[in-house]
Amino acid sequence: MSAFVLRFAGVSRIYGVGEQEVHALDDVSFDVAAGELVAVMGPSGSGKSTLLALAGGLDAPTSGTVSVEGVGLAGLDAAALARLRRDRVGYVFQDYNLVTDLTAAENVALPRELAGVGARAARREAVAALAEVGLADLAGRFPDQLSGGQQQRIAIARALVGQRRLVLADEPTGALDSHTSLAVLEVLRARIDAGAAGVLVTHEPRYAGWADRTIFLRDGKLVDATGPRQTPEQLLGRMV
Amino acid sequence: MQKSAVRWGLLALFADGPKYGYQLKNEFDAHTSGGWALNVGQVYTTLDRLARDGLVESVGSNADGREVFAITGQGRQALADWFVSPVTETERPRSELAIKLAMAAIAPGVDVAAVVQAQRTESMRQMRDYTDLRRHEVQSHDVAWLLLVDHLIFTLESEIRWLDHVEATVLRRAQPHRAPTPAAFRPDDVEVGGW
Repeated sequence: MSAFVLRFAGVSRIYGVGEQEVHALDDVSFDVAAGELVAVMGPSGSGKSTLLALAGGLDAPTSGTVSVEGVGLAGLDAAALARLRRDRVGYVFQDYNLVTDLTAAENVALPRELAGVGARAARREAVAALAEVGLADLAGRFPDQLSGGQQQRIAIARALVGQRRLVLADEPTGALDSHTSLAVLEVLRARIDAGAAGVLVTHEPRYAGWADRTIFLRDGKLVDATGPRQTPEQLLGRMV
Repeated sequence: MQKSAVRWGLLALFADGPKYGYQLKNEFDAHTSGGWALNVGQVYTTLDRLARDGLVESVGSNADGREVFAITGQGRQALADWFVSPVTETERPRSELAIKLAMAAIAPGVDVAAVVQAQRTESMRQMRDYTDLRRHEVQSHDVAWLLLVDHLIFTLESEIRWLDHVEATVLRRAQPHRAPTPAAFRPDDVEVGGW
């Protein structure tokens, strides 16, 4: 198995033809390893949403390859791609996207039940996933009985329940206040540190700071990425 | 760090009782994890000036023979005034970054977007590293240390936002008649805002 959970190799996505042609992504390459969170920043229209759609197999590149856990998505038929999306990839959106008629535990168990796991086993996995985001005691609550921050933490639990090791987060703190956003990032970061891999699209530099690396998109191209870490001594020497 | 910041920072440490010079340095180190990088000579020089200005006074020696200082009534008043007085713009250091970007915007042949991106990447690298530091060491430091790190993080955030503004302003001026791309082929148009 590849050491990388997500790999983009020379990925381009072109919409339209002729004069209408738009290069939404242009020869983008990057990897996300287990235990790594990569932030993606760029102005509107730079290709961030296209990148997430390709990473999750919701769209296919015009050229280049996208691999999840060593499996090239281009080689999968529709059923296998759907299975990979369901079993391996979790999503976290700005508006949580929880099913309002299901409890927190049922929401988290849903992808496991869809994957064919029995109801009791799925429930057990869901409660364990909720415990990892600190919300085991709210397993029986419905989304409208929960705060925005709690709902987003449940969405993170759902994104990484069972065998899922890749979380794709699109502005997950966009609807939250600053304090709650940090609580959500702490949960996301803890799950990444426990061995998951993540892509975090955000406009907020302070939240991108929680990632191990930030890549910058402009006009579909990957124009730069943050470099190696500084030592604590280097950092502390500049504190004032 | 500016001399006035050292002077007021040291004076503030007297608020909870008399102290000797090396003790002041140690307390600074404890609050800032060594980030202030004060040497003991600087502490004693500052103490002499505070005494000269009547803000602290010598109250004798401790058992080890070290000279102990205490804040005076005048010192307490000056400290109280300092806390309630905002730091004015003229007391802040000039920003090399501001000058660099302003000059880049008017100098011929400079790729402003490249200058902005290089700084954005470096600022984001620092943002990550200070966020890491805060995350990993939050339990082992006091609130003063935490607030100093937060200050760096918020300053970097403001710097990165300003860089976005610089880039947008320069691009807007360079391309006043840019034609919009057809909406049907702009999958990212659902996003709002700038960076």
